[in-house]
Amino acid sequence: MTISLLLLLIFILTATGYVIGRARVAKMRNQVDRSERPHSLPRYYGYMVAIYTALPALVVIILWIFFESTVLTGLVSKQLPADTQALPQGQLNLILNDIKNIAVGNMSQSTADPVRTAAADHFSRLLDNSQWARNILAILVALLGMFFGYRSIHKDQRARVFVERAIMIFLIACSSLAILTTVGIVFSVLFESLRFFDKVPFSEFAFGLHWSPQTAIRTDQVGSSGSFGAVPIFAGTLLISAIAMLVAVPFGLMSAIYLAEYASPTARAWIKPLLEILAGIPTVVYGFFAALTMAPLMRNVGEAIGLTVASESALAAGLVMGIMIIPFVSSLSDDVITAVPQAMRDGSLGLGATKSETIKNVVIPAALPGIVGGVLLAVSRAIGETMIVVMAAGLAANLTINPLEAVTTVTVQIVTLLTGDQAFDSPKTLAAFALGLLLFITTLILNIIALRTVRKYREQYE
Amino acid sequence: MNLDQEQPQEQTIEEIVASLGDTVGEARVDNPKMTCTGVDVFYADKQAIFGVDLDIGANEVLSMIGPSGCGKSTLLRCLNRMNDTIPICKVTGQLTLDGEDIYGKQTDPVLLRARVGMVFQKPNPFPKSIYENVAYGPRLHGLSRNKADLDDIVVTSLRKAGIYNEVKDRLDQPGTGLSGGQQQRLCIARTIACSPEVILMDEPCSALDPIATAKIEELIDELRENYSIAIVTHSMQQAARVSQRTAYFHLGKLVEVGDTDTIFTNPRHELTENYITGRFG
Ligand SMILES: Nc1ncnc2c1ncn2[C@@H]1O[C@H](COP(=O)(O)OP(=O)(O)OP(=O)(O)O)[C@@H](O)[C@H]1O
Ligand SMILES: [Mg+2]
Repeated sequence: MTISLLLLLIFILTATGYVIGRARVAKMRNQVDRSERPHSLPRYYGYMVAIYTALPALVVIILWIFFESTVLTGLVSKQLPADTQALPQGQLNLILNDIKNIAVGNMSQSTADPVRTAAADHFSRLLDNSQWARNILAILVALLGMFFGYRSIHKDQRARVFVERAIMIFLIACSSLAILTTVGIVFSVLFESLRFFDKVPFSEFAFGLHWSPQTAIRTDQVGSSGSFGAVPIFAGTLLISAIAMLVAVPFGLMSAIYLAEYASPTARAWIKPLLEILAGIPTVVYGFFAALTMAPLMRNVGEAIGLTVASESALAAGLVMGIMIIPFVSSLSDDVITAVPQAMRDGSLGLGATKSETIKNVVIPAALPGIVGGVLLAVSRAIGETMIVVMAAGLAANLTINPLEAVTTVTVQIVTLLTGDQAFDSPKTLAAFALGLLLFITTLILNIIALRTVRKYREQYE
Repeated sequence: MNLDQEQPQEQTIEEIVASLGDTVGEARVDNPKMTCTGVDVFYADKQAIFGVDLDIGANEVLSMIGPSGCGKSTLLRCLNRMNDTIPICKVTGQLTLDGEDIYGKQTDPVLLRARVGMVFQKPNPFPKSIYENVAYGPRLHGLSRNKADLDDIVVTSLRKAGIYNEVKDRLDQPGTGLSGGQQQRLCIARTIACSPEVILMDEPCSALDPIATAKIEELIDELRENYSIAIVTHSMQQAARVSQRTAYFHLGKLVEVGDTDTIFTNPRHELTENYITGRFG
């Protein structure tokens, strides 16, 4: 019996539990004496029995699947000849993998040696048994649960409260899943980073001014010792993000104000979707626009006025990234500006303020928390953006604040460190995790500061 | 249940309005501050005000009463062109302030609104400090030469609005943190601070308790010495207490207008009598 069949069976049992639980109470509802009537509506007793049926059975199945492979692998490896067992862990794992593959039929038996074939036979027998045991246990637990739930039905039992609580616990479980995943990601990045900091001191990483992650692959190689000072690439990230925000915030905000306050409904109906199309363009398209159109343009203009502009420059990447971000800023700001109550505008206009005075003195301050929120979203978007920078800003880790030079960013470095065939324990690849961690911490601090300012502002004006 | 049967003859609003006849009473005063002549207001195709002739005298409180939806707010908003903010709203006819056409080409609605202030039905303080709320208008219009001047205007306005004692220790705190009644008086102070010539009030006491209402009525009485005031109200007693003249509207038509005493003791139009005696409908 496959797992899907088993789940179907459990589902049928659950439905049965619902029907019998409900039916049992439905009869009691007609009691003349009010105190004899059940506490909750019949369907809640149905739900309760259903929960008792399904939940323990599902827990059993999940736990079984979780531990099955470890336990079975352990059993199989005990059966292997002693000399095989004595092999180092890595090789043993390879053999066990072969055995599993043979057992499932991914690998033909004829090419394998007899030891493995025998073990594979053993493994598939165990697997069969395990599945039967799992199915029987799950069904037994479901039946027991159903029986228990059904028996526990009593007129004073608060089935509705029970169901409400079950729903709450379910919702909590769902939200903790998201949180746990995040925590998991953070920890895995953290541990890999710690491995990196074993090899490269933290102070060098955080304060070093030179970034060149090429390390010697063979010990006798010369010339590429690798240095991991992250300052240049963080500076590059900040430079490009700053340029992008310098473009996106004014243009986004101004277009939002136009859309929300001045545009006629027809103009709005046309312009808003057009702006949102900007957000729908894939970043790789922006990337080659930046690399193939913007960057040469910059250079020609620069040459015309006597400046030296690198063929890949922070300016080109930042400008295009800013254009890409305009719709984020404008559409979020437009929403909050539109949400400012008309009464507020009327009050200002009624005192003889012009439209622009009203916007400047009343509407924008009232909408500011929302606008700041939108801008921050845009900032994290800018910091995390990769494609445009890879294509237009270059890979050279120059420490500069001159936007006409090539720079590189954290995300770009992570990409270049991890693409291609890499051993996952060299400082070069581990550096990617350290960069990721630092990036994460940066955005976290940014968000905290932003939330603080917004809250302070709210306290002042609400 | 059939609603049609209760009203056998389906009349359009236009027909009902026509059947109301001419305005009863004296629409004109000797010394008008503002005048309306043949004012029609349309929201898109729907007419909300039908040919209103009405004066607001200098140093007079005019109260505007009538059932909900009869166009009191609409007419009030015409008087300082706040209707300009509603794109579908169209005003025809003649309205004047000191004899000047306020819908004329050379009239600047922004200047007009500084001269004809408005207090709204729902208190709408700005999300700024109490001080900044009151200083808003004077700042815009450059009414003060220096900080001391501005302080003076703010304090005087708050005093006149009868709220100074309650807020004098917390002028730097947000105006939105006040109670509803205090907020409304703050809004009145804000309007006074611009030193307008006319003040329009749209149900200024509808959210207030009797004590706050009494304070505002007292204030209106004092303000009359320097300003002309038009006030929309749903309270007959309030109209009787604060106003010298009263205008009764019905379905967008000015039905009767005259001295407050006469209207309340001896209404001439049947609809007015029904309304003020509570026999409306
Ligand atoms: N912005 C608008 N758009 C369309 N129609 C409107 C608008 N404002 C008011 N109206 C219509 O104009 C008519 C008069 O409305 P108005 O707000 O002037 O009534 P009112 O006498 O102030 O009523 P209330 O006493 O309830 O405040 C109503 O029929 C209303 O539906
Ligand atoms: Mg109204």
